Amino acid sequence: MRDMLPDDMARFRRIEEVFRGCSLKRGYEEVRTPTLEYLHLFTATGTLTPSMLGRVYSFLDWDGWSGERVVLRPEGTIPAARLYLENFARGDITKLFYVENTFTFEETGRERRERWQCGAELIGSSLPPADVELMLLALEVLGKLGIGPVELKLSHAGLIKALLGELGLGAAEQTEIFDQILEGHLRALGEIKTEDVDLKRALALILDVTGSSPGFLENVRALLGKARPRLEPSLDNLTSIAQLLSAMGCPYQIDIASGRGFEYYTGIMFQFQLSTERVGGGGRYDDLIPLVGGPPIPASGFALYVDQLMSLVKIEERPYQRVLVRSQGNDVKGLKACFEAARFIREAGYLTELDLGRKGVSGYRWVLSVPTDGPFLLTDQATAKKSELTSAAEIVKIMEESK
Amino acid sequence: VKLALPKGRLWSDTAALLKRVGLELMEYEERSRSYRPKSTKFPDLFLKVFQEKDIPIQVAIGNYDLGICGLDWVEELLAKYPSGDLVKAGDLGYGKSDLYVVASGYAGVSSVEESNDRFDRVRIVSEYQNLAESFALRQRLRRFSILPIWGAAEVYPPESADLAIIAETSVSSFADYNLVPLARILTSKAFLIANRKSLAKADMSEFLSCLEPSEIEAEQEQPLPIMTGKEFEEAPQGEKIRLALPDGHQQRPTMEFLKRAGIGIQGYSDPLETRRPTIELDGVSIKVIRPQDMPLQVANENFDLAITGEDWLKDHLYRFPSSPVQEILALGFGKVTIVAVVSDDLPANDVGVLRDLVGGLLPTIRVASEYVNIADKYARDNHLERYKIIPTWGASEAFLPEDADLLIENTETGETLARHNLRIIDTLFESSACLIGNRNTLSDPLKKDRIEHIIKIAAETIKKSY
Repeated sequence: MRDMLPDDMARFRRIEEVFRGCSLKRGYEEVRTPTLEYLHLFTATGTLTPSMLGRVYSFLDWDGWSGERVVLRPEGTIPAARLYLENFARGDITKLFYVENTFTFEETGRERRERWQCGAELIGSSLPPADVELMLLALEVLGKLGIGPVELKLSHAGLIKALLGELGLGAAEQTEIFDQILEGHLRALGEIKTEDVDLKRALALILDVTGSSPGFLENVRALLGKARPRLEPSLDNLTSIAQLLSAMGCPYQIDIASGRGFEYYTGIMFQFQLSTERVGGGGRYDDLIPLVGGPPIPASGFALYVDQLMSLVKIEERPYQRVLVRSQGNDVKGLKACFEAARFIREAGYLTELDLGRKGVSGYRWVLSVPTDGPFLLTDQATAKKSELTSAAEIVKIMEESK
Repeated sequence: VKLALPKGRLWSDTAALLKRVGLELMEYEERSRSYRPKSTKFPDLFLKVFQEKDIPIQVAIGNYDLGICGLDWVEELLAKYPSGDLVKAGDLGYGKSDLYVVASGYAGVSSVEESNDRFDRVRIVSEYQNLAESFALRQRLRRFSILPIWGAAEVYPPESADLAIIAETSVSSFADYNLVPLARILTSKAFLIANRKSLAKADMSEFLSCLEPSEIEAEQEQPLPIMTGKEFEEAPQGEKIRLALPDGHQQRPTMEFLKRAGIGIQGYSDPLETRRPTIELDGVSIKVIRPQDMPLQVANENFDLAITGEDWLKDHLYRFPSSPVQEILALGFGKVTIVAVVSDDLPANDVGVLRDLVGGLLPTIRVASEYVNIADKYARDNHLERYKIIPTWGASEAFLPEDADLLIENTETGETLARHNLRIIDTLFESSACLIGNRNTLSDPLKKDRIEHIIKIAAETIKKSY
């Protein structure tokens, strides 16, 4: 729980503006889902882990006598999938983005319970270029915010799931280990015993080596042995994405261990990292819309973590030249003159405030004294030059000239 | 050192343990009217008797350094608040009971997965609502609702719930209600629990060693008892009018009322023979449940009519203002007054003075009550500003003055309150037994006539009584 102070809000808005601008220019449309959703939206898909659902803020609404709970939105994609299903034509490409807060309990209080994210979802395409388009959008936003160098790390949920299948684990165990990997405990995969020598070798390579080109994937493929046919589709998919990124001159690392996020990911998973800080991530979730109750529509998306970005983004100095307007008399006539002068100057594009009892004038370029009768007195704080002027138009003229 | 002791189920074994280790307790007896037994061996030991369910909370918030209660209530608290200051200090070895997830044999489901597939929304009743929720999440139930209850979980399935989570010392009792266990959540025993901060700073070794708790062992996986439900017949209560009758204090006057009305009923006796008595009214079926649970059950259309108290109806409506439950008839018996009560030691004769004590004598006002929503509204309406509600499960008068400042409680004569050195500072309202129904079912054309018939009999009986 924390406040966002004016400086924080300036950073927040800067991030939001850049993200909105980049998204709108690529044809994404902005949406916002409600903060309060029904808990069953999140339980129905079966794609949030029990430990994640154990940390949501759920409670009985004022009409909750049925015992069904509502929840403060714990993540952005499932509500976006619901919104898509309820409101958009099925089948066509739909591109949505949002700036939203999410809520999850965090015991230590060190991390935040309310987090903000810039999210984008590309619904209706299963092709690698769709995934690449999302990654490029995120990188463009980060680039425009001056945040870098950002590492793009690739992993693949399909590949991990196929590997778990090859290791001969039961369905429940596969889910459990996949969840552990998504929570950052990849070593769980390395600890599984397997008799298959080829698979063991491939697994070691996947776990220990970070690839930086499609060539790495060819090496993995060569080592797989008889497990290869079942891993092939995922490897092909990852290869296509890697090839496209290479061709675009976009550096990346293939690091299976980097996979983070949600159980609903089915294909590529990508993370944006600045040294050790994760500033965003996303992935493909082709099964999610069917799980929410819709037809089989493929989709992928990402989120940029606004809270992390806020500490990294630089904000420009306020572009305005501030003007303070003071009344010399306190009668209605004098105050009216103040309000009118302030409005005129403001309309000319200056940040103009009325002096309502301020102690000093620091931070203001201009101070305008408004008498009950007689000329205005304009002081340029930068040069200490004072000018007597009779109309607001003259004031603006002087300001323009000394810019 | 402060130690919280249980009433009820664990009382006699706990008393025996304390006697064996030579604590020499006075007034820790089942019928004792005192909530504060004393140890002649350790005069500095402060002891208080609570409902078992209250003890983990009291220890977790640091009101008590140590407590004795069942593991089930410890886990119920930890399921929702895993990071608190509650520490399991040792297994005391007695009071074993298992916590089962059960379904009705009539429903024909043999696993939790099956109920996830079968029901659009899995309705779960339990006294353990936090354990129920974490169970539902762990099992990945797609859609569920949890109806917290005060007791009598065994009578709910299949009509009023799909699953129930029940503590049972032996599974043979399941047979009476044709319940089939689907999973065992935990095996509970009496535990010694401690507050983490107390353990960290106070030397309590004398008590800890003399209570001789054994090490806490990891629970062994045990096979579920194999029970199969009776043949799936017609749903036992089909299209009947479902009437809920109260157990507890309201049972006797309700029995008398039925007698005056000339309605015969078998099995609704004191002590209770069965929670499914049969009534001599065509097309009406009966379940006996806690009056506290009735408004929520009627709101969910699990019952068409119920005899409960106006206090419990109000408590429900304060929480759920748009609930379809309404009072149909005041029955006139079981009159109590709902009052605001403080300890004689507190210099406050009315709620205004109490309010002024906040920030001075009292940092916050701790309001204890069984009526959580009535208490909350009372505190809000009276601008008690800094207050917290402490939900209790009976024996609330024991909370004052050490563990609460204000009590919202019912009283018949005020004698019990006076005996515990408590003073009434405000009267909230009078409450008596009432017949409640659901707006939606009252206008259901299939049920309307029969419901009106029952209401008519009740109304005539009331008229006869005066």
